[in-house]
Amino acid sequence: MATVAEERLFGKSIKRREDPRFITGRGQYVDDVKLPGMTYAAFVRSPHAHARLNKVDASAARKVPGVLAVYTGADVKVGGLPCGWMLPDIKVPPRPALAQGKVRYVGEPVAIVIGETAYAAKDGAEAVKVAYEALPAVSNAKKAHETGAPQLFDNIPKNQCFYWTIGDKTATEAAFKSAATVVHQALLNQRLIPNAIEPRACIASVSPATGELTLWVTSQNPHVHRLLMAAFVLSIPETKMRVIAPDVGGGFGSKIFVYNEEVVVSWAAKTLGRPVKWTAERRESFLNDAHGRDHVTEAEIALDHDGKVSGLRVKTHANLGAYLSTFAPLIPSYLYGPLLSGVYKIPAIFCEVWGMLTDTAPVDAYRGAGRPEATYLLERMMDRAARQLRVDPAELRRKNFIPKFTDGAPYQTPVAFAYDSGNYEPALRRALQLVGYDQTRKEQLALRPKGRYIGIGVSTYIEACGPAPSAVAGSLGAGAGLWESGQVRVHPAGAVTVYTGSHSHGQGHETTFAQLVADELGIPMEQVEIVHGDTAQIPFGMGTYGSRSACVGGSAIVKCLDKIKEKGRKIAAHLLEANEQDLDFAGGTWTVKGSPDKKKTWGEVALMAYLAHNIPKGMEPGLEATSFYDPVNFTFPFGAHIAVVEVDPETGAVKILKYVAVDDVGRVINPMIVDGMVHGGIAQGVGQALWEHGVYSEDGQLLTGTMMDYALPKADALPSYVTERTVTPSPINPLGVKGAGETGTIASTPAIANAVIDALEPFGLTHLDIPLTPQKIWKAVAAAKQK
Amino acid sequence: MYPAAFDYYAPKHIKEVLGLLGKLKDDAKVLAGGHSLIPMMKLRLAQPKHLVDLRKVSGLSGIKLNGKAFAIGAMTTHWEIESSATVKSKLPVLAEVASVIGDPAVRNKGTLGGSLAHADPAADWPAAMIALDAEIVCEGPKGKRKVAADQWFLGLMATALQDKEILVQVRVPLPAAGSGAAYMKFPHPASRFAVVGVCAAVTLDKQGTCVKASVAVTGAGTKAVRAKGVEAALVGKKLEAAAIEAAAQKAAEGVDVQADLQGSVEYKAHLCRVFAKRAITEAVKRAGA
Repeated sequence: MATVAEERLFGKSIKRREDPRFITGRGQYVDDVKLPGMTYAAFVRSPHAHARLNKVDASAARKVPGVLAVYTGADVKVGGLPCGWMLPDIKVPPRPALAQGKVRYVGEPVAIVIGETAYAAKDGAEAVKVAYEALPAVSNAKKAHETGAPQLFDNIPKNQCFYWTIGDKTATEAAFKSAATVVHQALLNQRLIPNAIEPRACIASVSPATGELTLWVTSQNPHVHRLLMAAFVLSIPETKMRVIAPDVGGGFGSKIFVYNEEVVVSWAAKTLGRPVKWTAERRESFLNDAHGRDHVTEAEIALDHDGKVSGLRVKTHANLGAYLSTFAPLIPSYLYGPLLSGVYKIPAIFCEVWGMLTDTAPVDAYRGAGRPEATYLLERMMDRAARQLRVDPAELRRKNFIPKFTDGAPYQTPVAFAYDSGNYEPALRRALQLVGYDQTRKEQLALRPKGRYIGIGVSTYIEACGPAPSAVAGSLGAGAGLWESGQVRVHPAGAVTVYTGSHSHGQGHETTFAQLVADELGIPMEQVEIVHGDTAQIPFGMGTYGSRSACVGGSAIVKCLDKIKEKGRKIAAHLLEANEQDLDFAGGTWTVKGSPDKKKTWGEVALMAYLAHNIPKGMEPGLEATSFYDPVNFTFPFGAHIAVVEVDPETGAVKILKYVAVDDVGRVINPMIVDGMVHGGIAQGVGQALWEHGVYSEDGQLLTGTMMDYALPKADALPSYVTERTVTPSPINPLGVKGAGETGTIASTPAIANAVIDALEPFGLTHLDIPLTPQKIWKAVAAAKQK
Repeated sequence: MYPAAFDYYAPKHIKEVLGLLGKLKDDAKVLAGGHSLIPMMKLRLAQPKHLVDLRKVSGLSGIKLNGKAFAIGAMTTHWEIESSATVKSKLPVLAEVASVIGDPAVRNKGTLGGSLAHADPAADWPAAMIALDAEIVCEGPKGKRKVAADQWFLGLMATALQDKEILVQVRVPLPAAGSGAAYMKFPHPASRFAVVGVCAAVTLDKQGTCVKASVAVTGAGTKAVRAKGVEAALVGKKLEAAAIEAAAQKAAEGVDVQADLQGSVEYKAHLCRVFAKRAITEAVKRAGA
């Protein structure tokens, strides 16, 4: 058995099979697809944040050489873009595919111009004359709520789309009344702009023979795209629409949603009778891809005499932008409030959220989606409390941890979630060890008299992956299920094709899923192909978001393999004239127990399944299986991240000296791939802590709309990370995995922010809002020095 | 990112270039490395009707040391300057400036002449060229003329380059014995341009007294300028920490500091002083070394 265990691929850092094609330029992205007779689209976009749309004059544009057609909101006869998550009493504003009557954010599509070339389309778009009547605009969620603020929609008073609460208000008020310590803090969680390296793109083509629409689109969930577009927007049978999401270069959430462009392009392809392609320019990505975060929050934490947290109270104005993007209402509600207990035992929590419309690009899920906002808030509040109580921030966390629970019984928080398993203290202990916590604290004190300020920031986080189960999601307002499909087809010579509803846009599924399958069947990875991203090939599936591919998609594949192995065993037993229970299956071979020379190989069994010359009576030929796996719960990864930074008080510049991450994502299929996700996630979270900020002026102009202005993390500003893991398997799925795609982003923002504020402790500073830019730090230090 | 239509020319001799510019007039734009012009054209912020590419023009590229000065062709890339052994041994500050421009891709394509002719207010070269007393050589229908670097930058993206002229060469004199120079910048977190950049060059006599100081500031204002107040405060002094600190306090004088998302006027003026102090301190250290 030992040799078999050693040969297992589960847990091995196998190099990604997809990388050779990516790094040699042989990937097939949407923009690489070229069809005969293809035309090119360019969009005319609003330069105004809020304006009446009086007249769109396309007469000059239509005369531009090479321009084939110009369509405006009046021409495009399709349904509005749907919102896929409803909250109680939510007001859903209509969202036309092209603006009608009014524009409500800079970049909102007003018209589409289609040309024989991309140049002609662009020239045509420049020639479209639009008469706008500018209106007052509002970009800040809290200001949008004020009396007298500009109104986006006549029937949505005070721009309030929803009001949502979670937790026990009475119990929380009682906790605050009896608290020994209460810390209040106003916090901003700034707007971020996703910026996948591959910009969004789509190509629509309608077959004149069958009338079938094929849409190539940069999607994280092709079936969801098909369902929403066919059923709600285009009103065509799903059987007449095929969605292909080929190689996709990053998503971070921004490619989950149905956008204006693919809807209009699909309609135009049908109307024009020619394929139409659109690829976003980076400027368009900045303006019209769904943004992330953007919360204005008041938080209060209550503690008892022993330093135990007794209550948490949160009021958040969440900026949803001008329209509701596909899953916008979910992010600042069920993916936010339920995370507020973190890894701590908090008896009473009450959270109120106002979902606000503003004259800005729609806001939706962005890597972490609600969870980073909750984690940043909670981890900042833990540090604020520790400072107030003059206790070590690591110690305060340890004292408040939920005790170890790994026996299958979940931990019920006061905000709906029941965590699957957790063991929080070892991860923190290890991270403290790795960073050399006590020594670094001593250095910190020793350096201060020399005018050098280092800070240590701790972040002990929880993450919720693979949102589930479908029935609960439905009861909370989901317009979709949250299960995943898998299909395994064994070919007669033994090779295996796996069809998964998960979608890879950087996650490496072609490798990790092949590892799983090769392991379970005892066959080489080279015999396994993974197919995803095409609604004509795969069963209906939900796609990839919320770190769900391994725990939900992977489990669906495992369920298929169980069925395949069961049938294979029956065939092998039949051929060997043995009882099924007397067979061992290892290394791709069924062997009769005690008679090792009596055996049937995987290939022999697969071939017989298709020859069907000699299979059990009544058994159907063939060897394939489909599963739809609906998990019973989310999974809850966790961990401890610690950052050490130095702040230059003279300029306000921050340098990261050390970064330690100890994550627990359950069992790990491919450590190298998980390390990659953790590294990238940390970079993204550090970006939010220090640099990134989607800035709108008060009147709704995007001031950070290019790569020259919007500061993505750069390699030379980041340290080498120290990463380790503890392993607490999830009891809720057959693989014991928990999900790893977003942990780094969730954990690192508060780790860095806490470190910077810790460094500034000698100046009496207790909080600054992210991003912690040099100017902000310098100003605060200068002001503190004058006191 | 599709620019408006334009005609493209790739002349091989300066005479041809000048002929084209004479003929095409205001509708023509000269293309060097393209790292500023091409993005502006792709955003359609610039829509020249004619694009005259200098890449194939002979004699515009290369680094020569002629006695007491470097003669650097306008089309020499930042990377060629950064990696030149002669530059690194004779005037290392030039390689230092080149090495902090943008990123490797930008440095391999962007050119010294292109940067100086474009005169982005946050470019790195302008401060260095002023502080190193460089001369900029232009060629036009009436022949060549030289402009001192501190007379070159006239305002926001405005230079002393005249109509139908192109920038052909930059001459940077070698400093006297006992000199040291340094460039220190506070980079924009996204673009890597200088939020503030200061180049300082000092010459010390054998007793360590400053006999010449040349300091210039880029980034903070609409154009790079010589920090005359700082220079005056340095000359004749022994450059110890207190003297440097005092001189650096004058670094923002004469700079029309512009506020933006990266900094208020107050903060950027402060950064001018901080980076002047740091650049001078390093220049003095190098002068003594």
